[in-house]
Amino acid sequence: MKVAITSTGNTLESKLDQRFGRCAFFTVYDTETKGLEFIPNPNKDVQEGAGPASVQLVASRNVGKIISGEFGIKIKPLLDSLKIQMIVLKEPEKSIQEIINMLNK
Amino acid sequence: MIKIAVASGKGGTGKTFVATNIFHALLKNNCMAMLVDCDAEAPNAVAFFKTRELDSIEVTQLVPVINTSLCTFCGKCHEYCNYNAIFILPPAKIISVIEDLCHGCGACSVACRFDAITEKPVSLGRVNTYSNNGKPSLLEARMNVGVMSPVPVIKEAVKQIDGRSEIVILDSPPGTSCPFIHTVATADYVILVTEPTPFGLSDLRQSVETLKKIDKPCGVIINRAGLGNNGVQEYLTREAIPQLLEIPFKKEIAELYSVGKLVAETDEFFAKQLLAIVGTIASEYRNS
Repeated sequence: MKVAITSTGNTLESKLDQRFGRCAFFTVYDTETKGLEFIPNPNKDVQEGAGPASVQLVASRNVGKIISGEFGIKIKPLLDSLKIQMIVLKEPEKSIQEIINMLNK
Repeated sequence: MIKIAVASGKGGTGKTFVATNIFHALLKNNCMAMLVDCDAEAPNAVAFFKTRELDSIEVTQLVPVINTSLCTFCGKCHEYCNYNAIFILPPAKIISVIEDLCHGCGACSVACRFDAITEKPVSLGRVNTYSNNGKPSLLEARMNVGVMSPVPVIKEAVKQIDGRSEIVILDSPPGTSCPFIHTVATADYVILVTEPTPFGLSDLRQSVETLKKIDKPCGVIINRAGLGNNGVQEYLTREAIPQLLEIPFKKEIAELYSVGKLVAETDEFFAKQLLAIVGTIASEYRNS
């Protein structure tokens, strides 16, 4: 399954970005193939609707789970209907590598 | 007619206190006055008067409805939308409207070449008209809970102003963002209410800067004078902004206000002070 992790940078050492819609990068990790992709978030600085636009972005990559520090209220019904699971991780110091290790455990 | 907005950057400085007392003093002086409560998120000016509801109109906005059997998932509507209000996943044939983000601009309807988009009205709030002694004299903008912006309701309230009014008092929402700007934009003059504290000064400064940008004359009423420090006075002197009045920090005023009474009802001197301020503003800034 593909998992999107919000990231502050585009390396495995980057920390988890605490915001979903306006994160710096999305890390898309495939738990089966171990494939990894960093996607710069084009919605980082939009005036409105960063959340739904970011859902559109990660959903088009067929992710089944999203890991972030916080999710806004407008995207919950969208993610429910798309059957994408939200995982709230309140650990801003965790690196992308550490989160991937947790997924592989 | 002259329209005077009563505003402040900081919430709880006494906007409604000043607006309702001015309105009362004007009515008592047999002036054709109208009070418009533009604080649509929490309107409460009506509570200070014995009123009767005369009229109530609903304020709506059009939002798109997408007919998925006609939709080709081309994505044009999403591309046209400046507010990310259309969610689309073409491969999965999913399209939906996020009504909370929609500003009702209609660009998506223009974008669609397949007649898949129609529009429906959704309620944003109401504008209520109240009478005081039989005449329509109080307008209240009241937005629905959960609506993103009070601006459409405020605009409608302003539109409902009786053209025969001599003096219109607009009770502005707090802050210096869109709701404030749409209220003061219609006014000929702005009375800024502040308190002599660092918080009051910081927000007063923002209000003054905003009003400068849109070229609105303003003067300041210092409420709860005696509290805090001299920062506000020093700022007003430096910027050459007129100080219209000081309202002392008194427990009796707070007590009256808390039970929905107007100070100007019992305090003749205060009522006269307010009338004098309005009179001076009117003679200088009346536009018709």
